[in-house]
Amino acid sequence: MAEYVALLADVGLKHYLVVSGILFALGIYIVLTRRNAISILLGVELILNSAGLNYVAFSHFSTGQVDGQIYTVFIIMLAASEAAIGLAIVLAIYQLFATIDVEATETLKD
Amino acid sequence: MEIPINVLVFYLVALVVVGSACIVAFSRNIVHSAFSLLGTFGGVAALYVFLGADFVAAVQVLIYVGGILVLILFAVMLTHRISDIQITNRTVGRIPGLAAGAVFLGILVYAIAGTDWAKAKEVAFEPTTAVIGNLFLGDYLLPFQIAAVVLLVALIGAITLSRKEIKE
Repeated sequence: MAEYVALLADVGLKHYLVVSGILFALGIYIVLTRRNAISILLGVELILNSAGLNYVAFSHFSTGQVDGQIYTVFIIMLAASEAAIGLAIVLAIYQLFATIDVEATETLKD
Repeated sequence: MEIPINVLVFYLVALVVVGSACIVAFSRNIVHSAFSLLGTFGGVAALYVFLGADFVAAVQVLIYVGGILVLILFAVMLTHRISDIQITNRTVGRIPGLAAGAVFLGILVYAIAGTDWAKAKEVAFEPTTAVIGNLFLGDYLLPFQIAAVVLLVALIGAITLSRKEIKE
């Protein structure tokens, strides 16, 4: 019991990795189960956040350099452009189909 | 046993991050999901501060909370009739999705706990902005320029996608 308490109290790399792993799993769950296109984009944002958290945690605990933080800035930049493009596509789909259910927009199949 | 205050604060912030991410994942109302994303993004920014990444934390608050979240809320409000909140957010295959997420999380935690991670020598907490700026204009100049082009392309693409089609 005491060693578990000591493990929990000594906050290190593993604690941050577990938090980011939980974020990643929740993002995977959202992307797999949701039919609403905006909900899927929310899940992708969670996954990108967990990747950024991993980079910063490794740069702090493993290397001590700031290179990981630079990758995180690039991830945030890509997330911004992904959100802009993704939401523009969602709005275009909404104007065309009057719904954003991803299973209703299947005309490309034909 | 005395618990240090920084450990308590870490667990509080981690609880906020995980809890609001759970609301994002399990709420059936997309407006609630979009708003609880605020807690996740803010909590991750706080974790960045704990990790000594002050510049990244500021960027996270400015771009995620100030930009992406507002954009998502706009899209939610624009595409969404208040009356059919429940229907548009229904889920398919909740159990398989949950199982996939749980198995993935289990593998990740198993790998994290079982690995002996490399340790840096004690890192001093000091401002990182100047170092990051020098790296952006030095070692990472090419990715920096490509990122600028990507942003320009994204801007043009978003405008092209969202404008009204002009009929001949």
